Amino acid sequence: MNSAIEVIDLSKTFKGKREVRALDGVSFAVEPGTVFGLLGPNGSGKTTAVRVLTTILRPDGGSAHVLGNDVVKKAALVRTLIGLAGQYAAVDENLTGRENLQMVGNLNHLPGSVVTTRAVELLDQFNLTDAGDRPLKTYSGGMRRRLDLAAALVARPTVLFLDEPTTGLDPQSRNDLWEVIEILVGGGTTVLLTTQYLEEADRLASSLAVIDHGRVIAEGTPQSMKADLGATVLEVGLPSIDDARRTSAVLDTLGPHEAIVNGTFVEVTVDDGPQAAMVALRSLDAEGISPQTFNLREPSLDDVFLSLTGHRTEGDADDEDADLTPRQRRKKKRQAEMEQALPVATGGLS
Amino acid sequence: MTTTAVAPTVERPPHSTGVLTNLRWLLSDTLTLTKRNILAVTRIPEALFFSTVQPIMFVLLFRYVFGGAIHTSAANYVDYLMPGIFVQTVAFGSVSTSIGLADDLQKGIIERFRALPMSRGAVLLGRTTADLLRNIFVIIVMTVVGLLVGFRPTTGVLYYLAGIGVILFFAYALSWFFAIVGLSAPNSETAQVMSFPLIFPLTFVSAAFVPVSSMPSWMQGFATYQPVSVVVSACRCLMIGAKAANTGHSTSYWVIQALLWTVGLLILFIPIAIQRYRTRT
Repeated sequence: MNSAIEVIDLSKTFKGKREVRALDGVSFAVEPGTVFGLLGPNGSGKTTAVRVLTTILRPDGGSAHVLGNDVVKKAALVRTLIGLAGQYAAVDENLTGRENLQMVGNLNHLPGSVVTTRAVELLDQFNLTDAGDRPLKTYSGGMRRRLDLAAALVARPTVLFLDEPTTGLDPQSRNDLWEVIEILVGGGTTVLLTTQYLEEADRLASSLAVIDHGRVIAEGTPQSMKADLGATVLEVGLPSIDDARRTSAVLDTLGPHEAIVNGTFVEVTVDDGPQAAMVALRSLDAEGISPQTFNLREPSLDDVFLSLTGHRTEGDADDEDADLTPRQRRKKKRQAEMEQALPVATGGLS
Repeated sequence: MTTTAVAPTVERPPHSTGVLTNLRWLLSDTLTLTKRNILAVTRIPEALFFSTVQPIMFVLLFRYVFGGAIHTSAANYVDYLMPGIFVQTVAFGSVSTSIGLADDLQKGIIERFRALPMSRGAVLLGRTTADLLRNIFVIIVMTVVGLLVGFRPTTGVLYYLAGIGVILFFAYALSWFFAIVGLSAPNSETAQVMSFPLIFPLTFVSAAFVPVSSMPSWMQGFATYQPVSVVVSACRCLMIGAKAANTGHSTSYWVIQALLWTVGLLILFIPIAIQRYRTRT
């Protein structure tokens, strides 16, 4: 057993008013010292996988090992080896940052002197020294997530689980957190990261599994996945559906996959964005079509999904997170809505 | 997997399955979480307000507004009233166990605890212990308030402390009941809403504020022998003497019943609470 994390045919069904197969035979392996990205939309089973691996939840079938230890049979041992941070592994609102870290240190049964010095080190490392003795109520969302991550690191875990570490954060805080995670990974920690963002997986993970409806639907490196997909998405908005149809015929020839028409919008993934854009504009001009919008952007998780499954990530929202409380679900929905409202960074030409 | 890769880089005690080590960790984890819960109380002024100002208002209400109209065979209404107030205060206070646990579940902090190598039982023990300590603080405040409005315990310090001991022990059992409520509630607001209808009839249909003999006869049986009344009667006998309490029974009659009730409730509720905690995901 050489993998840091090994998951074989893992399954978990939540019984309730409606049965939800959150994990439906998931298998993957994570090499020691690497970052593995588990990529999927809300409700795909990412969080359930993390909860099984961190011994919070018992699986119905299959097996999961962390550093060679079965997460069910040797749960107590596994807990001494792992750290968990992310969306729902909360920190205590009423304590200060330092008190939170010390509490986690004590609950890890570290000697008192180590608890004190680790708290100081981590506050410093995560740029929270000034805020260390303030209650968490005064922290921003980004500071809270940094403290959450710091709390997961108190006992210097060999394997770290990050469950959507940046979901709901503004772009600046997200970037800050990515930098912190990159430094950690440089130190040799094995990391399992779940995310909804292809960009995040691309930046942090050396290998990926895409998960949907509790199944792994693709595995590979971020590079191989993007290469399959095409590196850039060219998106053209037209004045009419008829124009969109004619445009798709023009764009079909530009990338490895056919263009996709969505109302009056047409998009196609291409390898060389600027080159394809020039060709597209010339051809559209020759056809007498004048686009209303013309954008180049990075492929999103949505694009990966569309090419892998033929369906978009939206619409899965229903069986999402069957294991969450209604309030957590509402919170998550609000966050998703906020993110959709944010303007997408585009390499716009028009 | 080579052993060097597994070796933790922070000094920590090795993973142990020994009974003694586990017991030591249970105690140390309970202490850690008790401290955490107590700190939380001091950081939420509203919570402290709720647990001290409200009972003080009840004292003033019954002592000066309703008291004149309530006739007891005890010497003084204020002496009759205060043991009832003490029990009511800790009973209402034990509701905070359900609110606190529901809140921890809702915010995901228990999720973090479950992934830590800590003792499983410490979450419930730490919560109930913290609530016990808070009840001690509140009882001290209420004793001072009682003395200020004319409460004069007559049996001496030892009996008075014994009375407080009976009350706190009973409150601890109630905490375990409300732990079950908290573990069953989807969020802290619901936990609060679920708790009060349970505690209200127990404290008011009781011997806490008015003599049971003034109630309709069909209610008197329940009102005399339900656990809150038994604890109030025990406490009243211990604090002002069986004669002044005028319950028709001796002090030991009520104290033994109160202790039996409390032990029985603990035996019933602790396993259910632990089971709830284990299965709640």
